[in-house]
Amino acid sequence: MPYYESVFIARQDISSAQVDQLTDQFAEIVTTGGGEVKKREYWGLRSLAYRIKKNRKGHYVLFNIESPSEAISEMERLMRLNEDILRYLTIKVDALEEGPSVMMQAKSDRDRGRRGDRFGDRGDRGDRGDRGDRGDRGDRGDRGDRRPRDGDREEQGDKA
Amino acid sequence: MSQLQIARAAVRRPFMRRRKSCPFSGQGAPAIDYKDTKLLSRFVSERGKIVPSRITAVSAKKQREMARAIKRARFLALLPYVLK
Repeated sequence: MPYYESVFIARQDISSAQVDQLTDQFAEIVTTGGGEVKKREYWGLRSLAYRIKKNRKGHYVLFNIESPSEAISEMERLMRLNEDILRYLTIKVDALEEGPSVMMQAKSDRDRGRRGDRFGDRGDRGDRGDRGDRGDRGDRGDRGDRRPRDGDREEQGDKA
Repeated sequence: MSQLQIARAAVRRPFMRRRKSCPFSGQGAPAIDYKDTKLLSRFVSERGKIVPSRITAVSAKKQREMARAIKRARFLALLPYVLK
């Protein structure tokens, strides 16, 4: 039986419990069609790169499936009918990947990885702001006050 | 004449010799995957266009594979079609 990778995006307004329910529903269709869902992943509520049917966010779910094509086309048909599904993409692959997908890995170190790459460098540059501290040299103005003393002495000297 | 040729060679050399190898070939190269938006976004211009391989030095075969992955990612709204 061929391998498939299937991703669907559900509407942002539904709860994650409802997403679980949808996931179970589609997984069941595959299993009743004689296939097997090898892995399912919930990527969470991600923001979409552009609006789809007025939605700015969506629940992403990934399936790794080994199944006859009839079960896949049945699942896709039901996804088309379901109004909570914004979009789906099913791809036939040569082999299913083991372990969590890149998306799940990225999710775990998103805070370190993405921000560290781009904005971290800029943060370093921010350190240059410390040069403002040199404004403290204004203290030398105090020394200026001493001069009149010298002047006074000179004046005194002049007087003398 | 000869001086001009030498000068020209000297000018050309830094450009000609720098032939980078394909980032997806060889050992330890990342697998092209439509789900890996962080990787794919490196091969997309600021406007959201796919960067030509003559600039990124991706091999023709990998460029086709990558373009397909980017288009899949776009369809799933993982990458934008246009960025303004």
